[in-house]
Amino acid sequence: MVQYAQTRFDASFAALSDATRRGVLEQLWRADASITDLAEKFRMSLTGMKKHVGVLEQSGLVTTAKVGRVRTCKLGPRRLEEEAAWIERYRQLWDARFDALDTVVEELKQKEKVVGRKKRE
Amino acid sequence: MKNRTTVERKSERELAVTRTFNGPARLVFEAWTKPDVFRQWWVPKSMGMSLLSCEMDVRVGGRYRLEFAHGDSRMAFFGTYKEVTPHSRLVWTNDESDGGAISTVTFEERSGKTLLVYHELYPSKEALDANAGMENAMAETFEQLDELLVTLGAT
Repeated sequence: MVQYAQTRFDASFAALSDATRRGVLEQLWRADASITDLAEKFRMSLTGMKKHVGVLEQSGLVTTAKVGRVRTCKLGPRRLEEEAAWIERYRQLWDARFDALDTVVEELKQKEKVVGRKKRE
Repeated sequence: MKNRTTVERKSERELAVTRTFNGPARLVFEAWTKPDVFRQWWVPKSMGMSLLSCEMDVRVGGRYRLEFAHGDSRMAFFGTYKEVTPHSRLVWTNDESDGGAISTVTFEERSGKTLLVYHELYPSKEALDANAGMENAMAETFEQLDELLVTLGAT
């Protein structure tokens, strides 16, 4: 098990150590793409892109499937973990915003009380 | 006591944020519709950004424009109000980028408290992935991934 985790770690680390591969991940985060699309986008030969995708595939970050003559790439099983993490970040942004809104609502309530007292006086 | 903020991915192209506020709907609504109040909370310190200007013409067909600064870079967010129902509902467009969402906020008062739901509907799944929480979502994804790798490495 330790051996397995270590191997997976090495593979992921290698996969992420390259700027093109990080770019490919970012691209696949937005939408699935064929190797040809990716090669064009990163101005690279098909063979070069195949190598990069191969490295990403070994690390489990990307999966590919061949339909007809086209090999389509998409984010691998880890996508789910990433999505959960992404939702959590989005939640934290709103939570921080809404904490500040709590304070503002509290102030508005106090202000209203003061105005209300003045009106009664 | 602090109320919980929950987020739900309602569908491939929808996100909903829910939170209860300890005040009547008219005050919470005021905080969303008066620029001088709005700017007190929309950009919390933890976002690392500041709000340079905030213009809001809150009526159907009225426009809004928010300008942010993050270090040396400037960003503007703008759009049009589509629905304005005092103390209960606001709908606006987000026009600063292609594939911007339609935002809807509903305010529901229950015994002096307000249940607020902020809802975003994107034109497609891709638009949601590309735009929602754009505030450095990708950079943070890689940070998370790095943490995951460290965890795996430590096993």
